[in-house]
Amino acid sequence: MNALSNGFIRKYGVIFGLVGIIIFFAIESPNYFFTPSNFILISKQSSINILLALGQMFVILTAGIDLSDGAIAGLVGAVAAGVTVTTGNLFLGLIAGLGVGIGFGIVNGIIVAFAKVPAFIATLATMSAITGITLIYTQGEPIWNLPSSFDFIGQGSLFDIPFSIILMALSFVVVWIILERTKYGRHVYAVGGNIKASRAAGVKISSVLISVYAISGLLAAIGGIILASRLGTAEPTAGSGYELDAIAAVVLGGTSLFGGEGWVVGTIIGGYIIAVLNNGMTIMNISAYYQEVVKGLVILLAVMLTSFGKKYWNE
Amino acid sequence: MKSLILVALMVVGIAALSMAMTIGFCVSTLNNPYFVSFTNGAKAEAQLLGINLIVMNANNSNSTQLNQVEDLIQRKVDAIILNPTDSDALVPAVIAANKAGIPVITLDRSVNGGKVDMYIASNNVEYGKLEAEYAVKLLNGKGDIVLLTGIPGASATRDRTKGIMEYLSQYPNIKIVANQTAQFDMATAMSVMESILVAHPNINAVIAENDEMALGAIQAIKAAGKSGIIVIGGDGIPQGIQAVKDGTEAVDIAQQPYKMAALGVSAAFFIVNGLSISPTSLSMPLFPVTKDTVNQWIASGD
Repeated sequence: MNALSNGFIRKYGVIFGLVGIIIFFAIESPNYFFTPSNFILISKQSSINILLALGQMFVILTAGIDLSDGAIAGLVGAVAAGVTVTTGNLFLGLIAGLGVGIGFGIVNGIIVAFAKVPAFIATLATMSAITGITLIYTQGEPIWNLPSSFDFIGQGSLFDIPFSIILMALSFVVVWIILERTKYGRHVYAVGGNIKASRAAGVKISSVLISVYAISGLLAAIGGIILASRLGTAEPTAGSGYELDAIAAVVLGGTSLFGGEGWVVGTIIGGYIIAVLNNGMTIMNISAYYQEVVKGLVILLAVMLTSFGKKYWNE
Repeated sequence: MKSLILVALMVVGIAALSMAMTIGFCVSTLNNPYFVSFTNGAKAEAQLLGINLIVMNANNSNSTQLNQVEDLIQRKVDAIILNPTDSDALVPAVIAANKAGIPVITLDRSVNGGKVDMYIASNNVEYGKLEAEYAVKLLNGKGDIVLLTGIPGASATRDRTKGIMEYLSQYPNIKIVANQTAQFDMATAMSVMESILVAHPNINAVIAENDEMALGAIQAIKAAGKSGIIVIGGDGIPQGIQAVKDGTEAVDIAQQPYKMAALGVSAAFFIVNGLSISPTSLSMPLFPVTKDTVNQWIASGD
């Protein structure tokens, strides 16, 4: 009963949160906010953050954290755009971008798994280094005049559905299958839940750790490519601060920062909560000063409800 | 011909004088094409004059910049060119340089204390006023507009918003239907503008307090499949100028960061060589780039 109730609060608390916020904005702005086209817009706007959050979730499930995923997204956008422009080949640009994302993810993983540097410090350091590499690569200048094929990823649609939403949905399905239905997924949860027990059970800790950072790098890379494509520009500062929204989405979704516990659907809902807040408050023309306060309070409230619920049901 | 030779001799002489000159150049951030162009102008001028230029990037942090100025004082540089991250927070840095007897030149932003030998900037209130002026002109004094402001609390945001608001207050038929920050950032501006277009699909114009936000707004307008919305930006970054050429940005209030920093370096050069300069403050002219003037602006080479 306890386990069931605990899961109930963790899982459905966040759904009620999202529904509550949507109802609030729907009452305040029925004509503009509560329309199908606005929900497509919100999905489009949340897609980059959700991609980063899904990657971040793998890392957090192992009790780690990836502060560098926003920086990776920025660098990947620049590399993909830069290589596409110089070679004139979109395919090469995308491969280079994704490669850079996975590569830096593996570097993060190696530092955490073998050098035993705490994830927070390791990825804080790589975040700074990667931000610098982006500035060196771009010389501080935006990369633009991208070919129209590049624009499709972030601006195009398939069957009237924006392509960025399709990429997000596909990533969600793949991540859900990996985490909930595979042996590897169980190992990811196990490493975060009890590292000693998993080692005793024969789980290769270092390969799990390296792989989760690589996955985070890959999903950040996809997010970074969508971002550059959406803007038609790879900005040298793109992605800075995105790691915080990604972490917020994961935590809002009920994943424990101590690892071992989490819910993929929750992460998606967490990402939607952030996007709906941004969209709804802008539609209502609420001053930016208040927007920051409201966002902070909502995140705090949601997380407190989740942890309070857990404690309550456990006692 | 004779005078030409004389000038050439003077230049050589001045260059010889400056052989050992080291100048510290503190830029507030390099995460923005405006300040990249600014720094390139300083580097080019320093190379021309044979000055050893130490470039320090404060990443928009007041305390980092204060530390950097202190480090430069320790190194006993001949002059400090300061592009302050904040007008108040850097007063102690200027006072410290004054105490050490090192001349200070501030660029792009003033410092509200200490002794500054030369101050060069473009006027941000005027920048905002010009944006509003063009909005009123292009709308014939009537219409709904969206205002995209910069980083809340930053001096450029405060001044540009002041200029815009003061000018628009004289035109009651111009209505600001949405006023939102987009942090001087393109991606933020695109998302914010997309949401604003949901609530206000029939707006007539957008005033953005820099080019990056204007470009983000243009992307949002394009994604929403709209046209005919007048977008006004500023700074004159290459992508903004291209947007004016393409007709997507109506006006770009261009600044001259490259020339501004180059002037700052030459001012430092003269001051270190004991020449007094007057006036001690200089306002860089703003140039509204429109479809009619864009080729003239490109030809002027900034």
